[in-house]
Amino acid sequence: MKWLMLIALLLSGPAWAGEARPLADDPVAEARLKHLAVELRCLVCQNQTLADSNAPLAEDLRREVREMIAKDMSDKEIIDFLVARYGDFVLYRPPLKATTTLLWVGPFVLLTVGATALVITLRRRAHKVVDVPVTDEEHRRVEQLLAEGGKRS
Amino acid sequence: MNRFILPLSIFIVVVVFLGVGLRLNPREIPSPLVGKAAPDFSQPQLYDPANVFSPADLKGKVWLLNFWASWCSGCRTEHPVLMELAKSGEVPIYGMDYKDQRDEAMTWLRRWGNPYPVVGVDDAGRVGINYGVYGVPETYVIDKQGMIRYKQIGPLDPDTVAKKILPLVKQLESE
Repeated sequence: MKWLMLIALLLSGPAWAGEARPLADDPVAEARLKHLAVELRCLVCQNQTLADSNAPLAEDLRREVREMIAKDMSDKEIIDFLVARYGDFVLYRPPLKATTTLLWVGPFVLLTVGATALVITLRRRAHKVVDVPVTDEEHRRVEQLLAEGGKRS
Repeated sequence: MNRFILPLSIFIVVVVFLGVGLRLNPREIPSPLVGKAAPDFSQPQLYDPANVFSPADLKGKVWLLNFWASWCSGCRTEHPVLMELAKSGEVPIYGMDYKDQRDEAMTWLRRWGNPYPVVGVDDAGRVGINYGVYGVPETYVIDKQGMIRYKQIGPLDPDTVAKKILPLVKQLESE
């Protein structure tokens, strides 16, 4: 009985996994749609791609893209069509423009700042460590103390 | 004292960034269509399906285009504001019934009142896509030349109408 339940659980997995189901029959067009849809953002559920989303708007947009593919429009024309309506926000990879410079350069700026801070801190620490000369008398005393400690434990 | 200054200033910068981030509304995506010609369409009218509603009919007028649907809860919130604005006669509001059932839309308007002189029907959502609609209600202010001058994402409230819509309409009327 346990085994049966386990098998049932394992089988049920693929039923709800996977992306929204494509509708068209033409496999070439579907492949192009898929290729485009993973680069495009669904505007309703903003952290999903157009390929992942089941929102009605995403379905409509997939239909629209499918029709444009059927009209033999290039990928660039299709993307321009969507950007003209929804702005750069539909692109998962925003273009490098004046307004997006911080987005693209920011992580590298932070990395440089962090690395510089690390180097400066390490150098300062290296300066703090100074060799202290130890006299013969002190050496003897240390050895004596260590030997005593060893006995006690 | 000195060693607290750096962590404290970093803390303040982070707090400022987070504070600004909390105030932003990620659902409001600025429309690239503001300042561009309002996309053309000719859609059947809700109350008179044999006739079409088209922006070309409204050339020379300042008007609002309001995308709404009977299934949309934000539209219900917005509705009294639209009724008030329609009653004031300051600017006509044309409706676009977005991805809706015709009979449900008519029932909705009968029940809550109809602020629109004409309602177009966009059952496939194509007009919506051309206008960059991604969540109803959305409202566009269109000028005499048929250009989009403002886009409201989400419900209109009395404050937005008084501070943004009406001053803009007055300015566009005088252009």
